[in-house]
Parts: sequence; structure tokens; C-alpha cells
Amino acid sequence: MTAGTLDRVSEALAPTAISAAIAHGILVLTLAPEAMAPVVGRLQSEFGFDLFLDVTAIDWMPQAPRFEVVWHFYSTEHHVRVRLKARVDESEPVVDSLRPLYGSAGIMERECHEMYGIVFRGNDDLRPMLLYEGFVGHPLRKDYPKDREQPLVPYIK
Amino acid sequence: MTPVETRLPNPVRPAFTAGERDDTVIVSIGPSHPCTHGTVQIIAELDGERVLRTDIHCGYLHRGFEKECESHTWHNLIPYVDRLNYVSALINDFTYCDAVETLMGIEITPRCRYLRTLLSEYSRLVDHLTCVAAGLMELGAMTAFLYLVMVRDFMYEHLAALTGARVTYSYGRIGGLARDLPDGWLVRLEEILKQYEEFIGRVHGLVDRNRIFIDRMRDVGTISTKDAISYGYTGVILRATGAARDLRRDTPYLAYAELDFDVPVGIKGDNYDRYFVRMREMDESVYMMRQLMEMLPAGPINVDDRRCVLPEKELVYTEIESLINHFKVIMDGPRPPAGEAYAAHESPNGELGFYVVSDGSGVPWKVHCRAPSYVHMGGAHKMLDGYQLADIVPTFGSINMIGGECDR
Repeated sequence: MTAGTLDRVSEALAPTAISAAIAHGILVLTLAPEAMAPVVGRLQSEFGFDLFLDVTAIDWMPQAPRFEVVWHFYSTEHHVRVRLKARVDESEPVVDSLRPLYGSAGIMERECHEMYGIVFRGNDDLRPMLLYEGFVGHPLRKDYPKDREQPLVPYIK
Repeated sequence: MTPVETRLPNPVRPAFTAGERDDTVIVSIGPSHPCTHGTVQIIAELDGERVLRTDIHCGYLHRGFEKECESHTWHNLIPYVDRLNYVSALINDFTYCDAVETLMGIEITPRCRYLRTLLSEYSRLVDHLTCVAAGLMELGAMTAFLYLVMVRDFMYEHLAALTGARVTYSYGRIGGLARDLPDGWLVRLEEILKQYEEFIGRVHGLVDRNRIFIDRMRDVGTISTKDAISYGYTGVILRATGAARDLRRDTPYLAYAELDFDVPVGIKGDNYDRYFVRMREMDESVYMMRQLMEMLPAGPINVDDRRCVLPEKELVYTEIESLINHFKVIMDGPRPPAGEAYAAHESPNGELGFYVVSDGSGVPWKVHCRAPSYVHMGGAHKMLDGYQLADIVPTFGSINMIGGECDR
């Protein structure tokens, strides 16, 4: 069942992907950023991937394009997972928002935006969630020093 | 009133600052409120006592977990992952170790596999006990709280006998566990399980058909299966809506494929269902633990793999290769091959996932935690809007948001 579903998904979506492989039991599709939203739409409507688990990014500095945005999906019907990956450049770190498709995209895209500066086109609520209003920079980028401090309230000398 | 310029800056920008009607009022609840689990801020628009809409802010416990992970060896992260969901720290340990072991292609020993399963269920029991106890206390049921927390403390002490700590255990190891069971540990476990059964029976008797409890919980904080899936809910909240989705059954890991257990579900996804699903899951955990105590095989708890497991102390003192090996494992740590892995376990709150990326060095390139509590905050307004202000307390308690895991 598991292998069968993933093979079927892989066969159907591989033509739209840059690469497709099954690694550690998860189907990994590498896509162009603009191909992502249509592929997710098909995953949801045709293959039953109803649970949007997670979105995050990897900073591959100094490679170009610098960022790799990573999405994880799960099918509560077939019990399999799919990982989508798309590379975006630092000058234009933009991918489509999944908010029209999944309610959970709202809060997860907010985290990815504040941590990496990825902009989710179509998500108009990218306010900080874990950080605070007025925080400068994106702390999970590799060029953000770990020991930089931005206290909201000045330290008592 | 404090002058504007000396007031502290507001860390959040609310989604709304004016009411939709002119007879409503906007209040900010939290971030530190005696009635809320953890530090969370809820900005609510109220019509009298009724909540019209809410905007939820978390992050007050954010401490840069993922950033910190990128400057330590893979092994050094184990105490950090303990502090994500600090109520069931062992499950965090085992999920993280599972992700790294997947990346390294390690298959753990049978004894380790059964022990991890046993301890995962023990942690689930502790976590659900805490959640149910705190939820009842917030409704004024102090006796039930004391019964449950007393049993929980027996468990904490018992886990301390195994791991050396009451709450944050640092007990998992990549490729195994820190140490084997002490003598008599399983005998004491059976004693505690019997005490658990006695006291959980008393709580059922006090609470299940209690009119006050039912009035506060039934048909409050309801969420449908469709909304729950759309908002990424997993675990108890999803099962309380009637969907029997459990990773232990659906994608069996550790030793769950060999165990007999039920997946309890609710009827309509309200607070009462979430309470009852937790109570039933605790009974299933006890049932599984008893099976595991019978099944537990003898043998080593660590794999024989010199990339990640320390050599025997006797060898370290007597031969140079083992001494070097010991130093390398401590100083450089394991070096998983370049690549990525995602491991997900059924934590007490839902799907806990670790997405790890290695560049082939001894330091992680990236460790990402898919924390169920954080995702659950994204749809919590669905369970709060439209109910009474006082309902926020039991509803938020039944979501069981754990700050350490939510804010990372």
C-alpha cells in the first residue's frame, strides 16, 4: 500500500519536477518555485495529502540559489509522506503561500518568514510569531551571528 | 498612568485593535496569567462575556533552539531536545535519535527497541496525567488534581531511579540508551501501575458524571474533523473529533506493530471528548506497558557501531584504539553522511517530527522540530471563538500547549 501510493504519486508528478526519489520511505520532489503550488494542489485533490505538516527552509550559504524551502505533507488515508523542495535566491526569496489550501499554512509560514526571510506570496499576515515586533534580521540565516542580542527592554547596567 | 515614553514596547502587533461593533471590548489575556497553561497571549474581542474573535500570540519562551543546534555535536543536542516538551522528554529524545539513526543507517538492538517503546508509553502516561490533572484543577477539582499529581510524582521518582533526573532525562543516545534498567525497576513499575489504576478509578468516579464538569466541558471548544485536519491537528485533538489517526497504528515504528492496543476516539471534538480520549489512552498505555514488560528481551542496549557508541570502559583503559575511539566520539561526535531525514513519532500532543540535515560534518547543518503545540496554536481560535470568556481556560487546557515545545 505504502510503496504503491508513493510510486503512483511519483509517476504522476515526476514530469513536473526537477528530480524525484524515495528516500527513507518519503517521496522527495525537487521543484521549480513556480511549479510548487500546482503540485500541492494535485497532491491534495488527487492523492489525498490532506495534512500539511510543516514548512521550513535550509540556508545553503554560500551556494546560489541560497535558500531551499522544504514542505512536508502526510496523507491520513494512505499513511505516507511527501517532501517538496524548491530553491529560491536571496535576492527574491518568494514562494506561493498555501493558505488557500490549508489552514495550518498561516502559522507555519509566519515562522519560516521570520526565521529565514522567505516571503509567501498571498499570505498577508506574516507578523512575527516566535520573535517580536521590530526584530531586525532573520536569526536562522547562517550569516546571523548566534550571540547577537536585540533586547526589547534595555539591560540594567 | 505611566508616561508613554517610559512604557515598555509592546512585543506583539494585534491582528485587530478596534472592535467590529462599537459595543464590544478588546482585552489582552496573558502572557502571564494564572489561568493559562504556559505563557501565551490571547487578544480577544468580547461582547459581554462572549468571545467574538481571538488573536493568539506565542513565542514568550523562544530561546533559539534551532540556532543553538547548529553549533554543537549531534550528541550534545540530546539535553536540548529534552527541554522541548518537558512533560514527556523521553519521547523527544527517542524521536530525535530516530531521525539521526535513520540518517546514519543504524538499526537499534531489540532490547533498546522494546525499552524505548515502554518508556515512550510511560512518558505518554505522565504527560496525559499532567494535562488532565491541570485541566481539572483549573475547573476547581482540587482533589482529582492531587490524586493524579501524586501518582505522577511516583512516576517521576521512578524515572529518576532509571535516568538520574525527574523531568529532563537526557536518557536517549544515538544508537541506544544511556544505561540499562536497574535491578527491581520493573517490579516497582507494576506497583505504580496498580496505584495508578486505583486513583484513576477514583477520578473517573468524581468527574465523569459530575454535572458541573459536564456543563463546563460538553459542547464547549468544539472542532470538526475537517477543520482539525485543515489546521494540521494531530494527536488527541484530532482523535477527539472521531478520526482514528494514530501514528503508532498507521505508520508503526519502534515495537508498536507487535502490540495489541485500541485507538480511542471521541464523538464531536469538544472538551469532554478530549478529556475522555486522554483518560482512555492512559489505560491503553498501561495495557501496552504490561505487554512490553513480558516481551522485553535480554541483550545489549547499544548497537555495536564505533561511529556513535562509546567503547567499553575496560577497553578504553587497556588499549589505545578504544581510547582514541572514546575521544573521537566525545570530541567530534558522530558524523552522519550528508543528507536529510525526517522522523515522526506520536507524541502525547500529536505528530512530533524532527527534520535533520547533515553536511557530513560532526555538527548539524540544520535541525528542525515540527512541534505539534506550535501548529495547534494556528487553529486554536476555532475552538475559542463563539464561547464564553471563562471557557478559554478549560479549552486552552485541553489543547495542552506546552511552551517549551511551541516556542522552541
